[in-house]
Amino acid sequence: MKELRDKRVIRGLLSEIEKRTRELPSSPRIMEVCGTHTMTVHRYGLKNMLEKVGVEMVSGPGCPVCITPNEIHEAAIELVTENENFILTTFGDMTRVPTRKSSLQKAVPAAGSMVKIVYSPRESLEIAGSNPEKQVVFFGVGFETTIPAIALTLREAFEKNLANFSILSALWIIPPPLRAIVEAKEIALDGFLYPGHVSAIIGEKPYQFIAKEYGIPGAITGFEPSDILLGIFSILNQIKDGNATVSNEYSRVVRASGNPKALAVMEEMLETKDSYWRGLGLIPQSGLKIKKEYSAYDAEIRFNLRIKGGSGDLPGCRCGEVLQGLISPPQCPLFVKKCNPDSPYGPCMVSFEGACFVYYKYNPTIKNEL
Amino acid sequence: MCLGIPAKVVQIDKSNLGKVDYLGTRVKTNFELLDNLKVGDWVIVHAGFAISKLNEEEARETFSLLREMAEKEALANKNMEKEEAKE
Repeated sequence: MKELRDKRVIRGLLSEIEKRTRELPSSPRIMEVCGTHTMTVHRYGLKNMLEKVGVEMVSGPGCPVCITPNEIHEAAIELVTENENFILTTFGDMTRVPTRKSSLQKAVPAAGSMVKIVYSPRESLEIAGSNPEKQVVFFGVGFETTIPAIALTLREAFEKNLANFSILSALWIIPPPLRAIVEAKEIALDGFLYPGHVSAIIGEKPYQFIAKEYGIPGAITGFEPSDILLGIFSILNQIKDGNATVSNEYSRVVRASGNPKALAVMEEMLETKDSYWRGLGLIPQSGLKIKKEYSAYDAEIRFNLRIKGGSGDLPGCRCGEVLQGLISPPQCPLFVKKCNPDSPYGPCMVSFEGACFVYYKYNPTIKNEL
Repeated sequence: MCLGIPAKVVQIDKSNLGKVDYLGTRVKTNFELLDNLKVGDWVIVHAGFAISKLNEEEARETFSLLREMAEKEALANKNMEKEEAKE
């Protein structure tokens, strides 16, 4: 596996990439859709190396913590602050997102209530089992990578007939916002790096429309530096040949048709719905909700939450534009000065794969310049 | 959020629960999403669930392609040095 981070391999790939970009009239602009890719691109300095060989990288909407609108975060905060004997479980990043109603980390829970960070959704079932006198709500956020784990947890709760467990879901599917970004025509893109682990679940087919309907090349890629460069090289070859496709450069992990068992459990427990994404607004069929048969486990229904659309961004926060690739984090006036990892103002600075956090962490010069 | 960690299966029971070894640490993992796994297989683990089995043949192909890229670059550099030496 050493090839994946080998300097010589990286130099070799960069020089092949440069050969391709020299033949193009202008620098191609490629969106890395996934926040974990954004991390690799910055952590290993690929962003600057690629700029030198004529490729512009922009970050996309692939951070589930970031794209979840404040209204859902606020509903979670209300659950633990307004109800006694509630345990809200969630992934760590979710607790730090600032909203108009504080954050899960800072808000003061009602008597007997608390927020508990979990690594796996299944831990919530154990917590529910050992706290029968309390309501346990798993605030489940994620893309297709995480959704099967949440769907399996839901199924297990249903099978065990757990009476004190439910899920507040913020589940997002990746292809619809890509269509929204292309359709909006606010940013011209020459290629997409598709998220490797989302693709491990959904396979290649759900991205085909990007190539077929819009003629934009794309590559499914892994998370090591060489993976990213291989994906970009593939996109440049597609541009050169005038043949946009979905190439799979992460075939050691991604099968063409994805993971059938994961897709089956998603289909069994969940159904699509129109969802609000931070920045992108309402996108048809871009989210998943718990099916009616299992609505006893849907916290939104069980506790009559009535979560509204996505207009609850904090004033001045430009995370929504960052998520669409319209601005890069340093272009936000709050960046570093008023919004940094110690005191984040927007979710893109909270999540360890939010673009603002990644820019802050891996580009020390940006901090000094400001 | 979509971070997935390559790890080796070290224990798996009939109900598809078990453990993976990740850099020497044994981590509780659910294998429900995969079929026909056995001890010694490599998987990608995300949020306590194994979501994909690594295909070793595909991995080898990718790595050999990457090595080719490095060799091509090394050769190009050597040729350049020769050219420069001639001049």
